[in-house]
Amino acid sequence: MQWRHKDLLDVTQLSPAEVEHVFDTAASFLEINTRPVKKVPTLKGRSVVLFFAEPSTRTKTSFDIAGKRLSADTFSLAKSGSSLSKGESLKDTALTLQAMAPDAIVIRDSRSGAAAFLAERLRCAVINAGDGWHAHPTQALLDAFTLRGVWGNLAGRTLLILGDIAHSRVARSNIHLLTSLGAKVRLCGPRTLLPPMAETLPVSVYTDLDKAVRGVDAVMCLRLQLERMQAGLLPDLREYAERWGLGLRHLERAKPGAKVLHPGPINRGVEISSNLADAAESLILDQVASGVAVRMALLFLYMTRKESDMTRKESDMTRKESDMTRKEHADARD
Amino acid sequence: MPAIDLLVRGASWPSTKAPWRDQNALLPEDRVDLLVAGGKVVDLAPSGSIEAEAAEVVEAESLTLLPGLIDAHTHLREPGFEYKEDIASGLAAAAAGGFSAIMCMANTRPVNDNATVTELMLRKAAAAHPNGPRLFPVAGLTLGLAGETLAPLGELARAGCVAASNDGLPVKNTELFRRAMEYAATVDLPVIDHCEDPYLAPGAGMNEGRTSALLGLRGQPAAAEAIQVARDILLADELEIPIHLAHVSCRESVELIAWGKERGIPVTAETCPHYLFLTEEACEGYNTLAKVNPPLRTRDDVVALRQALGSGVIDILATDHAPHADHEKETPFSDAPCGLTGLDTALAWTWRLVREGALSAEEFMRAWATGPGRIFRLPANGFVAGDPADFLLFDPEEAWEVTPEMLRSKSKNTPLLGSTLHGRVKAHFIAGRRIV
Repeated sequence: MQWRHKDLLDVTQLSPAEVEHVFDTAASFLEINTRPVKKVPTLKGRSVVLFFAEPSTRTKTSFDIAGKRLSADTFSLAKSGSSLSKGESLKDTALTLQAMAPDAIVIRDSRSGAAAFLAERLRCAVINAGDGWHAHPTQALLDAFTLRGVWGNLAGRTLLILGDIAHSRVARSNIHLLTSLGAKVRLCGPRTLLPPMAETLPVSVYTDLDKAVRGVDAVMCLRLQLERMQAGLLPDLREYAERWGLGLRHLERAKPGAKVLHPGPINRGVEISSNLADAAESLILDQVASGVAVRMALLFLYMTRKESDMTRKESDMTRKESDMTRKEHADARD
Repeated sequence: MPAIDLLVRGASWPSTKAPWRDQNALLPEDRVDLLVAGGKVVDLAPSGSIEAEAAEVVEAESLTLLPGLIDAHTHLREPGFEYKEDIASGLAAAAAGGFSAIMCMANTRPVNDNATVTELMLRKAAAAHPNGPRLFPVAGLTLGLAGETLAPLGELARAGCVAASNDGLPVKNTELFRRAMEYAATVDLPVIDHCEDPYLAPGAGMNEGRTSALLGLRGQPAAAEAIQVARDILLADELEIPIHLAHVSCRESVELIAWGKERGIPVTAETCPHYLFLTEEACEGYNTLAKVNPPLRTRDDVVALRQALGSGVIDILATDHAPHADHEKETPFSDAPCGLTGLDTALAWTWRLVREGALSAEEFMRAWATGPGRIFRLPANGFVAGDPADFLLFDPEEAWEVTPEMLRSKSKNTPLLGSTLHGRVKAHFIAGRRIV
């Protein structure tokens, strides 16, 4: 498949066939992560800037590892160490980064729309690693990829997204992606943590967890931010855990074999009980492993897209690399 | 009849109703002659019906005659933010846009909360535009707009302020607001309130609804505005002091105002062109040019506001002209300041309502001229003998594209950029003197 997108801003940009292509590509990379030497030369000589203006450990590390395993050079830029903390506007930061000519920028920012803002201004690929409450497409893709690994197909499955949906970019992107893959989505949380006009989304909305969990194939717990109490959206953690914390007893009401996901980092005993987090039903660590493969696939697709625009010499090199990649893929399928 | 200084001959009168003596019914677009002496209207009559010797004759050549508009709500940014707009550029935009008088809000730096600032504003206006447009400053209601201490409203009134408002920073403390209304009434200043419950409305510039949910932005519900509208109407009733509500944006507020007017409570209200044409969807794609406070709402609110303007529940139109520099709007949505410019575009934009039959020409002239004149006791042209000869010759057909070059305001932050409007001011007279 010829990749037609310059940037990944949200999953809504991708057709179902493109999502499948991302998954197939990620599946071919999964094997690399189990080798003793976990590195292929696919993106050798390419550079990726990891521009994380908001604290993040797992997403940033996941992208960093994904890039390095494809032999790309990765550079980190944190807000505290960057000129953003010196009052530079995002536009000027964007232009400065542009002048350094990276091949891709992975951006995490607390402001909704920040990734789109950069993408409009940069020639290189921009991959959204989470913008405000808006979107977190790579998380949604890795969640669906994880479930695909378990079930083969998401069509006809029912998933419950539980917790702080109003402020969650993970929930927003997952609602779009899961429904586009044919799954049914339920949301559950207190009214203060549900998005406005949730009823206009293609979902069923619950406030009672016991009802919401009945018959579902999987539950996706969301992290509860402590700021929500300060903002007066919740009384306290104990009451939240009591009503909306997922425990083993809830899973008994779900379909037999139902799975549990969490984008992390988890608050044990708040949104998920500690024993459930460690139980066999939990896919939390599978999600982390899938994350590296999916991000390798995305970096590969977005950074090798522009073959037709390149000079012949570069193009030849790319072709050689593509051949190598294809060979790697062939190996992976064996 | 006094010696006539100016005769405007053969203008097209936009309405079927006539303001003059016998109210004889006219056909739309009938030709009229306007007689001016000493800066005032002497007569308006069917073309050719009055024999007069005039020192100067202007052939209107079928252009539409309109009163000079009055904008009760602008931000001119001087002193303090001259990179966005200054008094000279704001008044130039007003002149080109058909506004003979504008009221400017107090959120400058320093705030217009003392006579020195008011006098500076008036001096700058007189120096840059000695023949108008006229500038009428609005006093800050509280010192520094901080909502804690009353500003010296008597001094401000004497210096030339025509109203008082905490626009942009609504007074949270209802007791203080009550006292401010009483004190302002004592020194004869009408109070304008920007209605927004500050606790309920942290998401400035974005409506809480479907678009905010899709974009992942914090929104503010319509109730944040309507709650303070209700507060203000109840206070106006209790105190029997008039209150004017700025930039009404939603159906809930309209219904409360209608209720207040039915009961005879002295409440008046304005809305702005953008609330009559745009909805929250204009913010899609994180379009910071559509970020304004109160925020753009829904189709249902647009319908309610248009009806209310026609019925008089909403008394007047105002631009809420809020210039911001390009670099301030070229940011992620949450960082961008609220507001859009309006002086250059408001006349042509709102004339669309008349063209489309949503508003009659009389309602249009009331909303933009005699209405604000009545509420704020400003000279306004109702084309009755003795009114100030502030008028426009307007070509309602001329199409023009909204480009930065076409705008006289220093700032170009309007969501209309790139669209085509119909209607240009071809001549603008203030007190009988041509300024455009």
